[in-house]
Amino acid sequence: MGDTIASLRIGERGIIEDFSLDIIPLCLLEMGCLPGKEVSLIQIAPLKDPLYIKVNGSHLAIRKEMADLINITKL
Amino acid sequence: MRNNAVLNVALVGNPNTGKTSLFNQLTGLKQKVGNYPGITVDKKHGKCKISDELTAEIVDLPGTYSINPQTLDETIVLETLLNKKNESYPDAIIVVAEVENLKRNLLLFTQIKDLQIPTILVINMSDQMERKGINIDIETLKTALKTEIVLISSRKNIGIDVLKKELANYKNWNTETLANISTKIDANYFSELEKTFSENSLYKSWLLITQQEYCHFLTEAQNKKINTFKTDVEKIKKYQHKETIFRYQKINEILKTAYKVDKSKATDLRSKLDSILTHKIWGYVIFAFILLLIFQSIFEWASFPMDLIDGIFAKLSQLAKNNLPEGVFTNLIAEGIIPGIGGVLIFIPQIAILFLFISLLEETGYMSRVVFLMDKIMRKFGMSGKSIIPLISGTACAIPAVMASRNISNWKERLITILVVPFTTCSARLPVYAILISLIIPSKRIFGIFNLQGLTLMALYLLGFTAAIFSAILLNNVLKVEHRSFFVIEMPNYKVPSVKNVFYEVVEKTKAFILGAGKIILALSIVLWFLASNGTSAYKNAEKHVTTLEENSNLDNEALQKKIASYKLENSYIGTMGKFIEPVIEPMGYDWKIGIALISSFAAREVFVGALATIYSVESEGEDVGTIKERMGAEINPKTGLKRFNFATGMSLLLFYAFAMQCIGTLAIVKRETKSWKWPILQLVGMGALAYIAAFLAFNILS
Repeated sequence: MGDTIASLRIGERGIIEDFSLDIIPLCLLEMGCLPGKEVSLIQIAPLKDPLYIKVNGSHLAIRKEMADLINITKL
Repeated sequence: MRNNAVLNVALVGNPNTGKTSLFNQLTGLKQKVGNYPGITVDKKHGKCKISDELTAEIVDLPGTYSINPQTLDETIVLETLLNKKNESYPDAIIVVAEVENLKRNLLLFTQIKDLQIPTILVINMSDQMERKGINIDIETLKTALKTEIVLISSRKNIGIDVLKKELANYKNWNTETLANISTKIDANYFSELEKTFSENSLYKSWLLITQQEYCHFLTEAQNKKINTFKTDVEKIKKYQHKETIFRYQKINEILKTAYKVDKSKATDLRSKLDSILTHKIWGYVIFAFILLLIFQSIFEWASFPMDLIDGIFAKLSQLAKNNLPEGVFTNLIAEGIIPGIGGVLIFIPQIAILFLFISLLEETGYMSRVVFLMDKIMRKFGMSGKSIIPLISGTACAIPAVMASRNISNWKERLITILVVPFTTCSARLPVYAILISLIIPSKRIFGIFNLQGLTLMALYLLGFTAAIFSAILLNNVLKVEHRSFFVIEMPNYKVPSVKNVFYEVVEKTKAFILGAGKIILALSIVLWFLASNGTSAYKNAEKHVTTLEENSNLDNEALQKKIASYKLENSYIGTMGKFIEPVIEPMGYDWKIGIALISSFAAREVFVGALATIYSVESEGEDVGTIKERMGAEINPKTGLKRFNFATGMSLLLFYAFAMQCIGTLAIVKRETKSWKWPILQLVGMGALAYIAAFLAFNILS
């Protein structure tokens, strides 16, 4: 419990849990970041932010503050 | 169709799908850019012959991930596809997808398809399918998506003819909707919506509800009707989320059978490059090296063609003077128009080189890595990683740089970026810096390798960046702007840049800049020439006045002519203006002639040199003045008897030009982009005050 995308280490994977729809912006969903999808952390920027992730086939960079809002189950 | 044989086609697609490559293949050199990009959103369009009877007018709409816009450019997609009165409203739409990101690309396709305008799906980069182990069952996909599909490779020019053949047949395309959003989400709400707006497709009506603020074409009555469906904003937001999830479910179902990837064939070139280019040390080293390379090239490569252009126009001017019959018209050509055109064309080499690099960085996919590397650092200054692109572009010209800030979706970060970009040393400052530095800084070497003049120039660049950073920090603490931060960027796969794309990009951007900024500079040169060669009654009686003066009775003819000329200039319209502001600029060490150059510079900085050149050449009445630099070096301050452009005045001018907001073009574009006069006025006043104080201090400390 309590894992988010921000708590992944490089190379680790997880499954996105249901998230509260009013926190996550629509554009993130549209880029493929959806509940039930696998997410993996590819790289962390030198100052620990942003995070470079692969989710649902898309390669994206998101800020830590957003990554912290997306709960996952680690694989 | 507007004419019986012209078909309006819109190109739509995600960024990085090769949409622009396809556009280049279809239209070639027949493409045009509507307006100067500063005046309206960049709209690329061009003609393409489909068959003997049919020509397509193709519009390359801005790349977008969804029809729901996040940025200003993306609203153009929405506006073009929803507004039937838009001149580019399409008869047919081409949605461009690419093999590797087909799933995400299809989200946009399903949205477009639901608008029920004839739509075709084009899958690009098909030549790479085998190498990447991707297998697409086109027939299954066609049936499931209810559409025609063409596999193409825009870079290798494969499949373009097939696409043209399909386009000729657009009237027979299936226009059924794909995702029936209504029943899955809220059957009552959507059937009510459908009934109320029976003239539209249901999805279009839904977009009018959710994107009403961007649909400026709506009438008051339509807006009223729409508002009746917007009583519960939270509900609508929830429905939008549900709609997206539903669309992805549908896409996943379809792709499960039609799209296969053999993972063993995937190469790890991408991750190898990523681990170097975004490395915590090497990432920055490589970025710094690339920046250095860009600046070096701008100076090294551009200096030769720039000198060439400069020389050619000086010769042309002389040639016109010598060969045309004497008169006002000849003067206008030789002193107004020719130097004016030269003053514009001289920027081509630098601008083209800068755009070449920016285009290369974007084409290869490296720019996203820079954004990723720099985001946290830039955020400390209230900006975003995406601000790097405007700040680099700003070294060419602030106008395209301000526009490049559009893809920053956070308003506060975008605003700060726009406000501080004019501090970066744009190419218009270069001629001013170059001539002043050569006048006041000796050309000697330090430590045997560094040229002191070159170091001064570099220091001025750093000064510009420092001013930008510090004002950003200040603005970040002062500005109270409501903002929510959505930072999502795609990290595209690395690509070898296409020569064709880069070439078109450089030509088009350079052309847009030269035509846009050039008009202002040329017009001003002519106005300036006119103001300097006409004046009030004192100007008209100059000859009589000077010759009858007691003190001039002993002068020979040549000296007398000189006196008349400078008396004329002093009493010309521009001279009167210069005199008027002299008391204000005197504390910085300037006289009325520099004042004239300053006034003219408010249109564009580079006019400074041209203005001084005009002033001195009008003053010298046709005799050979030598180069502008020699003339400035010889100018004497009558009050002190010393050189006018001494170290103190020179430094004062350098600082003034480094900080002051002297560019009408930039002010206009900032007004347009921020939709308020407040911000350009803040720039004008704030930067002006800083420039005045810095120049005042420099002059008084140094002299």
